[in-house]
Amino acid sequence: MQTSVNAPRPRGSVWTDPQIRAWLFQIIAVIAVVSLGWFLFQNTQYNLEKRGIISGFGFLQNSAGFGISQHLIDYNESNSYGRVFVIGLLNTLLVSVIGIVMATILGFLVGIARLSPNWLLSKLATIYIEIFRNIPPLLQIFFWYFAIMLPLPGPRQSVSLGDLFFISNRGLNMPSPDPTGAFWPFAIALVLTIVGIVLMRRWAMARFEATGKTFPILITALAMLVVIPGLTVLIAGNPFAWSVPELKGFNFRGGWVVIPELMALVLALTIYTAAFIAENVRSGIQAVSHGQTEAARSLGLRPGKALRLVIIPQAMRVIIPPLTSQYLNLAKNSSLAAGIGYPDMVSLFAGTVLNQTGQAIETIAITMSVYLAISISISILMNWYNKRIALIER
Amino acid sequence: MTTHTFKPDLPPPTMSVGVLGWLRANLFSNWFNTLLTLLAIYLIWLIVPPLLKWAFIEADWTGTTRADCTSDGACWVFIKQRFSQFMYGFYPAELRWRVDMAAWLAVIGAAPLFIRQMPRKAVYGLGFLVVYPLVAFWLLHGGFLGLEDVPTSRWGGLMLTLVIASVGIAGALPLGILLALGRRSNMPAIRVISVTFIEFWRGVPLITVLFMSSVMLPLFLPEGLSFDKLMRALIGVILFQSAYIAEVVRGGLQAIPKGQYEAAAAMGLGYWRMMGLVILPQALKLVIPGIVNTFIALFKDTSLVIIIGLFDLLNSIKQATTDPAWLGMATEGYVFAALVFWIFCFGMSRYSQHLERKLDTGHKR
Repeated sequence: MQTSVNAPRPRGSVWTDPQIRAWLFQIIAVIAVVSLGWFLFQNTQYNLEKRGIISGFGFLQNSAGFGISQHLIDYNESNSYGRVFVIGLLNTLLVSVIGIVMATILGFLVGIARLSPNWLLSKLATIYIEIFRNIPPLLQIFFWYFAIMLPLPGPRQSVSLGDLFFISNRGLNMPSPDPTGAFWPFAIALVLTIVGIVLMRRWAMARFEATGKTFPILITALAMLVVIPGLTVLIAGNPFAWSVPELKGFNFRGGWVVIPELMALVLALTIYTAAFIAENVRSGIQAVSHGQTEAARSLGLRPGKALRLVIIPQAMRVIIPPLTSQYLNLAKNSSLAAGIGYPDMVSLFAGTVLNQTGQAIETIAITMSVYLAISISISILMNWYNKRIALIER
Repeated sequence: MTTHTFKPDLPPPTMSVGVLGWLRANLFSNWFNTLLTLLAIYLIWLIVPPLLKWAFIEADWTGTTRADCTSDGACWVFIKQRFSQFMYGFYPAELRWRVDMAAWLAVIGAAPLFIRQMPRKAVYGLGFLVVYPLVAFWLLHGGFLGLEDVPTSRWGGLMLTLVIASVGIAGALPLGILLALGRRSNMPAIRVISVTFIEFWRGVPLITVLFMSSVMLPLFLPEGLSFDKLMRALIGVILFQSAYIAEVVRGGLQAIPKGQYEAAAAMGLGYWRMMGLVILPQALKLVIPGIVNTFIALFKDTSLVIIIGLFDLLNSIKQATTDPAWLGMATEGYVFAALVFWIFCFGMSRYSQHLERKLDTGHKR
């Protein structure tokens, strides 16, 4: 005898039907969230009215009237708050990008050193990691800024490296390249060379796939990079006029200057984040089973090639997701700049602009959206990269 | 017939055993390794002797004022003189026994939780979590049952750091578990609310959250209702941290095999009993190391309250270094702060690694 599986379920009361209950719960949750939002909104409206604050983003057009110690685009005190926003955003991005690049390099070096067969080197790497990842980043920033940068001698007694770089309590002064008439031929030659290298690599890979013959890609690329732009320098002359910092009066003139706040911030964030990246790299490499190394060696690959062609591509799959969250952390930690007065997004906008205008909601909302946008962009970028290198299963 | 006797084994070559052999195998196996070793030795020589000289050999340990620091090394007199301020902030000196008592109660009360054979550990732990905060609040804040009132504006130093970190984690844990359950829920509206909440807080830095709670919270609240500075910071920290806890707990929930859910459902358990009796006890046990790691991150993040003007350990030290009587003590101050933070964080990370090893064995097949 066969019983139908699809027999109608015995219905109890409406309250015990899971579907109806699910709907009910969701409706209650949505109503709760909406009414909480409405309650907060009402309070805010009332409080703003009482304090005489006019909400809206009109204040962005007003003149800011304060100076900023580092601006990547032209700025003076009569510029608007809107321009202050752009400057803060650029400064935050500057710290994040420099920090991410340097922390990645240092982190990979330390992570590999930690796995080195050299006992002393691996112990040094371990000590580095254990010290720096257990000290709050803000404390490290304070240490570099208040204990190292500020007590440095003034510009007149600055420490110089080959009379080109000067380190003082005003920061790091270094030569800057100013483009001359020969700059454009040089730049065009450089771009053409890079296009040429990409094409050369594509051709070499295609030939390798078809015939198995290898081609010295790296050496050829380096040679192309040196020879072709080098020729334009010989023909058209030097593309850059180097502006070397010179001591005039009490400060340096000419060249680029890296302000001490930026140096302290970048040093601290790099050292702190590199300790975490090193651990990610170590666990990623250890996650590749030893059989892979042995298989690569038995195919006749030398240790360097086995590492490059077999171990690292597999380790990268393990490393990328935690690396992404370290990049996100670094970008978010760059907001600690507010602690030492580096003009980043938070200290300019949630600090100075908020104090001057009293537009609390707008400034905080703008600041938070910027960080959300940065976080989401890094996530998307790294997810795209992760997908590209992910294991393609059958 | 002659019997063949083996000669005794020759000793291994001197170069492959003992200290020499170890050195050869681990430090000087080839030219590159040798180069690395020499480089490492140079680095150690560059850093360690000057550091030891500064911190110990040429340091000043005794005295009461700046004038007692005569040598080139560190001036630990500064730390000694300001030690109580670094620990208690502006807590009235004659009432500091209450802070000490709260700390000892925490240590004594929590100790049984670390004894492996302790029976009814979960019940005791829950009871401790409910009773201790009330006792601690009574001791630290006072104002009722015969203890003098100490407003939170006078709290500071390491004590404040510990208060923020522990209240933060205790508040974030239940909220985080609810959010994690919400994110795994089958109901789309609940899921969307949880995901939005979690991703929002994870996407912004804690500094902006603290700014928000200190300047926007007063605007959000109805007239007449206001929180003091510490309370506002705590609300920000709890909301921020709950998102991170939620992600850790979600990892644990995902690690529980589907069979457990199905078995619980087959027993006729409803959602909350299924979660409370079957899933969460297993999932939470799995993520204890993750929660400890989140706590370490929170402990380091507490230093950010300096931005909204609370006097935690770091801010107390920063203020002390700007004291005209002790100018130029920044290095000593920050090194001391780093040492305190490091001891706490390193200790906890070691404990979390130990837990990971201990809990791991139960899941290997």
